[in-house]
Amino acid sequence: MTDVAWIDAALTAARPQALGALLRYFRDLDTAEEAYQNACLRALRNWPENGPPRDPAAWLIMVGRNAALDEVRRRGKQQELPDDDVISDLGDAENEIAERLDNSHYRDDILRLLFICCHPDLPATQQIALALRIVSGLTVRQIARAFLVSEAAMEQRITRAKAAVAKAGVAFETPGAVERSKRLGVVAAMIYLVFNEGYSANGGTSQARAPLCEEAIRLARLLLRLFQNEPEIMGLTALLLLQHARAAARFDSDGAIILLDDQDRRLWNRTMITEGAALIDKAMRHRRPGPYQVQAAIAALHASAPKPEETDWRQIDLLYATLERLQPSPVVTLNRSVALSKVEGPEAALALISPLEQRLSGYFHFFGVKGALLMQLGHNEEARIAFDCAIALANSSAEAAHIRAHLDRLVKDGAARRPQSYLT
Amino acid sequence: MLYAILCYHNEDVVGSWSKEQDAAVMRKLAVVQDKLKKQGRLGPVARLLPTTAATTLRKENPPLIVDGPFAETKEQLLGFYLIDCKNLEEALETAQELGEANPGGSYEIRPVGVFNSGEALT
Repeated sequence: MTDVAWIDAALTAARPQALGALLRYFRDLDTAEEAYQNACLRALRNWPENGPPRDPAAWLIMVGRNAALDEVRRRGKQQELPDDDVISDLGDAENEIAERLDNSHYRDDILRLLFICCHPDLPATQQIALALRIVSGLTVRQIARAFLVSEAAMEQRITRAKAAVAKAGVAFETPGAVERSKRLGVVAAMIYLVFNEGYSANGGTSQARAPLCEEAIRLARLLLRLFQNEPEIMGLTALLLLQHARAAARFDSDGAIILLDDQDRRLWNRTMITEGAALIDKAMRHRRPGPYQVQAAIAALHASAPKPEETDWRQIDLLYATLERLQPSPVVTLNRSVALSKVEGPEAALALISPLEQRLSGYFHFFGVKGALLMQLGHNEEARIAFDCAIALANSSAEAAHIRAHLDRLVKDGAARRPQSYLT
Repeated sequence: MLYAILCYHNEDVVGSWSKEQDAAVMRKLAVVQDKLKKQGRLGPVARLLPTTAATTLRKENPPLIVDGPFAETKEQLLGFYLIDCKNLEEALETAQELGEANPGGSYEIRPVGVFNSGEALT
């Protein structure tokens, strides 16, 4: 790797810790960001010559803090900035500060940095944009590209979000155990949002949005390193890895979505699947199940089946039942019905989803699943009605095309196609 | 004489590499490995999954299982095993068995991401 690429990677890696600590010092996001930028500029000048510091984050924190203090002094007295050489002579200082930066401190720093992005007044898209800008350090242009909006629009969105955060104020005292665990839950949800923003892209945009998935995984691993024995954070990380492992198989060459059953499983990323499965293994030892762990376990069962027919639907049905208990929602029940139809047949599955019709009357997948179950039972006319509803509710041409394929089969040979999981 | 070469690096930094950067490093390493293989000098090569996937067994009495990598700087890496296990449970059982034979210290149990058996060396 070139010098610049190496420094770039080091700065990206150190960013959450360095910026988090600077935010604690200055209690103001703009000042902290400016200090961090300053430190990065000096790193770009200093590191190629003097070699990498032993602890890049500690270096950036100290240099950033000094630069900001100088700035304050300069504004006050109009004095000259000290020479770069003075500031760059960091041998001893680096040691000292590295020792003061014990793990528990920077753990709360990073959590705080993530947490301020999750302000409840901010709509989800702004939370995500803010986290990508502040914590991940993506440029406005990169974020705008991922969100498929103009740079100016994204700039405005982030500026507004920052203003809201500044107005809200942040609790800077070290959080207690209850507050910390609350923050952790909120931050985990935000990371999942970042991931889904990338994952829900269609084929045409998936390329542009894949970085969101990768960034979410990086943030989840970061969080897990800080909170090593939190089973739900293991579950979250596993879930993201197992979903993203399928990325290369989820779209055909025209950008149309390929359902799980039809994907070429050789394209799945085995390393990510192994890591996801290892994390679930770890999480299960804690015997504190939670929604992320259960969803990850479901994803792992799909990932470990060499062929769709070999999927362990019984186990998946049980896991969805657990998820229904932990996080009741008609969509979870609908998901479970697909598993149940494979285990107990379409009647049982239809009985499970019938009560949901009113609540899911605007939901595309409900009618897709219902139609497929009816078709399997040979109730072709009712199936057709359900599929028509689904087409009317389709969110994309790909979704509509998928249902039309069902209808075609219905017309052609009445072939009973078993309902497919609509996972992709 | 067999030598083990143990790979250390800042995980945050390696994790920040782009897919392309990562692939470029792997390609360059493969060239060196190929050369070693042709010379019949290459043993097993493994790239470990991130430390977040690690579990540590402290060989105390009774043994203590903790999440995360082994982080004590007072102790040194003295050797390693590559063992095929169904899951973490089995890996922990195996580690405990080894721990009974050789108490004290810790075993870090870390899943392997990439593995090359290096059949050149027997």
